[in-house]
Amino acid sequence: MSRQIEYRDALREAMSEEMRRDPRVFLMGEEVAQYNGAYKVSRGMLEEFGPQRVVDTPISETGFTGLAVGAAMMGLRPIIEFMSWSFSLVAADQILNNAPKMLYMSGGQFGCPIVFRGNNGAGGQLGSTHSWCVESLYANVPGLKMAIPFDPYDAKGLLKTAVRDDNPVFFLESERLLSVKGEVPEEEYLVPFQQALIRRPGADCTIVSFGRPLYFCLEAAQALAEDGIECEVIDGRTIRPLDIETIVESVRKTNYCVVVDQSWPFASVGAEIASQVHERCFDDLDNHVARVHADDVPPPYAYNLEQEMLPNARKICEAVRSVTYNA
Amino acid sequence: MTTRPAADENLAAKLPDETLRKWLRDMLLIREFEVRTMQAYQNRLIGGFCHIYVGQEAVAVGALAALEPTDPIITAYRDHGHALARGMDPKYCMAEMFGRIGGCAKGKGGSMHMFDKPHHMYGGHGIVGAQCPLAAGLAFARKYTDEVIENRASTGVAMCFLGDGALNQGAFHEAMNLAGVLHLPVIYVVENNGYAMGTSVARGTTMAHELTAKAAAYGIDATSLDGMDVMEVYNGMKPIVDRCRRSVQPAFVEARTYRYKGHSMSDPRKYRTKDEEQQYEAQDPIEKLAGFLMSERKFAEADYDSLAKAVRTQVREARQWTDLSPPPDIEELYTDVYADAWGPYHGTSLPLMMKDTQQE
Ligand SMILES: Cc1ncc(C[n+]2csc(CCOP(=O)(O)OP(=O)(O)O)c2C)c(N)n1
Ligand SMILES: [Mg+2]
Repeated sequence: MSRQIEYRDALREAMSEEMRRDPRVFLMGEEVAQYNGAYKVSRGMLEEFGPQRVVDTPISETGFTGLAVGAAMMGLRPIIEFMSWSFSLVAADQILNNAPKMLYMSGGQFGCPIVFRGNNGAGGQLGSTHSWCVESLYANVPGLKMAIPFDPYDAKGLLKTAVRDDNPVFFLESERLLSVKGEVPEEEYLVPFQQALIRRPGADCTIVSFGRPLYFCLEAAQALAEDGIECEVIDGRTIRPLDIETIVESVRKTNYCVVVDQSWPFASVGAEIASQVHERCFDDLDNHVARVHADDVPPPYAYNLEQEMLPNARKICEAVRSVTYNA
Repeated sequence: MTTRPAADENLAAKLPDETLRKWLRDMLLIREFEVRTMQAYQNRLIGGFCHIYVGQEAVAVGALAALEPTDPIITAYRDHGHALARGMDPKYCMAEMFGRIGGCAKGKGGSMHMFDKPHHMYGGHGIVGAQCPLAAGLAFARKYTDEVIENRASTGVAMCFLGDGALNQGAFHEAMNLAGVLHLPVIYVVENNGYAMGTSVARGTTMAHELTAKAAAYGIDATSLDGMDVMEVYNGMKPIVDRCRRSVQPAFVEARTYRYKGHSMSDPRKYRTKDEEQQYEAQDPIEKLAGFLMSERKFAEADYDSLAKAVRTQVREARQWTDLSPPPDIEELYTDVYADAWGPYHGTSLPLMMKDTQQE
């Protein structure tokens, strides 16, 4: 049995189920309890679990992320909500220097089973400070995992996997997707990490992406199909660990590849995937791997500028047409 | 919040000979260990940054004596003294600095990052102030485990050591505020040794003459005590630990102390005078406790000599053990990155220290 629920409800179901299952799991962050969550993801959780397990914090990202690291070292399993990943930057030392390195620095004695979660990516005219896409910035760091759910099904299934993982997981949601509805089973299920999904099959060009830009990829694939170009759209789902096999298998079939990554182009996840595809599929490729990113500028405020800056269906279509011109 | 007098009562003077001798032995061990560490560093057997605890021994020994052995502790990078006072075998500590597989973290942490799970020591942290929020988390986890998981009253206290320089980090202030609003049983112990590298405490922070004022802003009980006297440290700390545990509230303690050596091994100490150094060395915590034992507890020169000899032997043996411990296998580069194994990473393996304690 399944039903249609919103992405935010899927996230809440994942957290609540995991908190019922395991008393070591707790939720902490700004406005998560009494206010019901800045984006209503945690609505009702305070009533069910009480203030010891759904914990409001002051606006103190360094403080509460560090607190979570200490609590995780002692064996608890915190879920830390960032109102936005943009605000995680003030806690960079704790989330990058402490959480992912503690196991290594302690020679395997103290791990950090934490989920850091919140909205990532341009929200909607929030300007430069509030529109961070942190995937490329943070994916560089060994010791952490990173998951990006595309729809309510994955929001729930990936988050449950994240909570059960013994490593710090950076869980990148999107404010623009919170109200998206989708099929979610009544029964319990998990979505494993490192298992990419083909969102649309096609034989002519592989498109790889994560999270919200996948909607633009699917839009582009639809438009291109009308012109007879069939794209295979792959949702990577997790960036660390990356399921490169599924991507490689697809490229060996299509001989073309476009990577769509909403972070900046320079030293990015998109660049990493392109590099791995070049390495693995050198003889299969009929053109170099093309990349579509956010433009290499700070995110602007004006509506038209912001739309132009982000990856969109038009840019993806252009990229696919330009690499497949020799097909 | 109240600023409390350092010690109401001479609790330490009521303790048995055995306990006070143990404190003396621990302080002698730390000092001997640090002297040998400096030699090894000068002989280039130890790499990286290395911060020596000589002069501050009474703080770690006296403060930890006021805790239960299972109460979690955490400190900054000047951490050899805390590790030894907590009970880490000096061989694991020495081998860690030598980058050997026998080190407490298999040679992956180094001098600044001493971790000891069997003794509830949560590191050694290299970033100034970064351990302060972690300490709030240790206290949170102890309290949560008792109250939410075990369904009983909170029983734990976490202790966080920091330098005077860390008072100027945001992480410290955020941690103090969180400890206050979330009622966390954590004690922040500032080891005020007068300097953060070359910056005297007065140049670095406001209210340097009265650091307890920092805690007043957070409504946290604060005490200042003489960190050059282990009995005074214990006298001040014991009631604070008991109160924090009972009331499930944080506390703040300034321990006034002095590091005899440079900030790290490369510091020529041009920012202070020889006179000042001699003045502090004249109040040496080891001599002070030895003096008390001799005048009050029938402790003879010969007893002192035999303790000193015992720690010399122990540290020499730690050095010999270290020499026999090989550098980590290259394979170790790829373990402990993730708790599970994937891609180039091989999952995790236990340090020798933990295997040894499991056998015991
Ligand atoms: C965030 C950060 N900035 C700078 C440093 C370099 N640093 C290491 S120790 C130190 C001085 C700290 O002094 P204090 O907190 O008083 O501790 P003490 O060395 O006296 O024990 C500095 C500036 C660092 N490790 N971390
Ligand atoms: Mg200092």
